[in-house]
Amino acid sequence: MTEQTLTFQPDIDIDFKRDDLADLPTEEMLINMGPQHPATHGVLRVVIRTDGEMVMEAIPHIGYLHRCAEKIGENLQPYQFVPKTDRMDYLAAMNNNQAFAIAVEQLAGIEVPERGRYIRIIAAELNRIASHLVSFGTYGLDMGAFTPFLYSFREREYILDLLEALCGARLTYSYIYPGGPNHDLPEGFADKCREFLDYFEPKVDEYNDLLSFNHIFVKRTAGVGVISAERAIAYGLSGPVLRACGVRWDLRRTRPYEIYDRFDFEIPIGIEGGSDGIPAGVVPGDSWNRYFVRMLEMKQSVRIIRQALDQMPADGPVAAKNAKNAKLPKGSVYFEGENPRGQLGFYIEGDGSKIPYRVKARGPSFCNLSILTEVCRNLLIADMPAVIGSIDVVMGEVDR
Amino acid sequence: MAPEAVLEIIEKQFPDEVIDLVPEGVHPHAVVKPDRWHDIALFLRDDERLRFDWLRCVTGVDHIEDKIFTLVYDLHATLPAETPSGIWKVRNEIAIKVRVDRDDPHVASVADVWPAANWHEREVYDLLGVVFDGHPDLRRILCCDDWVGHPLRKDYEYPLEFHGIPAVTEFAQTRPQH
Repeated sequence: MTEQTLTFQPDIDIDFKRDDLADLPTEEMLINMGPQHPATHGVLRVVIRTDGEMVMEAIPHIGYLHRCAEKIGENLQPYQFVPKTDRMDYLAAMNNNQAFAIAVEQLAGIEVPERGRYIRIIAAELNRIASHLVSFGTYGLDMGAFTPFLYSFREREYILDLLEALCGARLTYSYIYPGGPNHDLPEGFADKCREFLDYFEPKVDEYNDLLSFNHIFVKRTAGVGVISAERAIAYGLSGPVLRACGVRWDLRRTRPYEIYDRFDFEIPIGIEGGSDGIPAGVVPGDSWNRYFVRMLEMKQSVRIIRQALDQMPADGPVAAKNAKNAKLPKGSVYFEGENPRGQLGFYIEGDGSKIPYRVKARGPSFCNLSILTEVCRNLLIADMPAVIGSIDVVMGEVDR
Repeated sequence: MAPEAVLEIIEKQFPDEVIDLVPEGVHPHAVVKPDRWHDIALFLRDDERLRFDWLRCVTGVDHIEDKIFTLVYDLHATLPAETPSGIWKVRNEIAIKVRVDRDDPHVASVADVWPAANWHEREVYDLLGVVFDGHPDLRRILCCDDWVGHPLRKDYEYPLEFHGIPAVTEFAQTRPQH
């Protein structure tokens, strides 16, 4: 080997006899990823300090979608602020509406009628499936698989049709207000919904065959960007990102709100690969598990919607009367709801008038993104889309 | 543990720091002075009975009439599941409100206690102008670096233009009027 090296005549002048050849210095380079980059899911900008193909440091820069919704919240009544919550996590507007509505209800002491509670759960869980479908489809795109995206949007279309029947909108619903949803279910909704669930449930297995266990996909994501459970909790991660680390924590079960304690469902967590059909090389806390937890959660949401449709009272009021103009008493409340991306928290402080003194939203993507610098250290550049995509950020919620 | 018991432990440990305890209602919390906030945070995280390992949210509120900023730290203590298939539980849950002087808003950073505080504190600094002493990287996070003022202050004056972009509506309003 040494002889071969010595006979080789390079163009540049390198002293091959030097002892420290292994430490041949390469130049560090700063690379701007985003804010217009297909793999950053919106307007996220990551400044990467690279050494060759390795990422030495990745610093996320956020705020490109900042609209200061919190300042707007200080000038509007809660029911007027509901459309602003739609535009935070725009892929899960129902869940945002629900979390905000519950926070206001807790502060103002509003009781929601039974039927309204069930309708909220059905709408929120349908939206959770739709949100996870987008996440699944775009993660495939990030990893170079285009076909799953078409499948996921085909199924999402059915959900959007259902939600359009509920409230007339397909993306920013503004359906769930403090006090309850603003309409009853349309005629025949339950049957349509059951029809969809029967159609959708076997599709998840199809997706798994298509993408989850695909050899190339597993190679790209298994063991990439591993987060330990301790670091996840210290950074305040939540949702599928936390559960993938092996922490069975879901606010719908650990700290039940609404009527989630009436349903029977499981909380999937990240698993070790190598058995039960799980590909080898998969470890808890890696990108593959973060992705796969979402696939398992879709099935659990189907279970919840089925039970909610069965248990729901056949008629009765859906919304509390005069809840829209309720006065907010002096005091504060902090409520967190389990969104598709994690725990969406709302801090609301009232001063006795109808307009809150302070509204603060804790976006789950905001907290989940804050660990990016730590995860991306000493990673290949090509692995960064795998990590960012599996954290599944929605910039509308990071920047608010 | 009930919020009363948690607040009692805090008061026993830091009798001079606690201003007020609110155990009832939908948001049980303790109000404390800012001077020893870092010690209180360490105690909350490391005490055997409390173990608040999860910082959920940091909220800054501008109480302009009382001339203070209130920083609200919402905390969770997790209880790991006993069996692999078990569900984790909430061991404790409490909020701490730190009152900071509005004219000289300085408070110790807890980013070394809970890494989650790093970005939350940057957000509070950006939108309210509270300075967190000892923070590893205290820069604006949501507004751009050359933004003037702190938008969530109650006496914030809306800029009329930014880098040549007018910020006045077609109705000549600079802020919503109700």
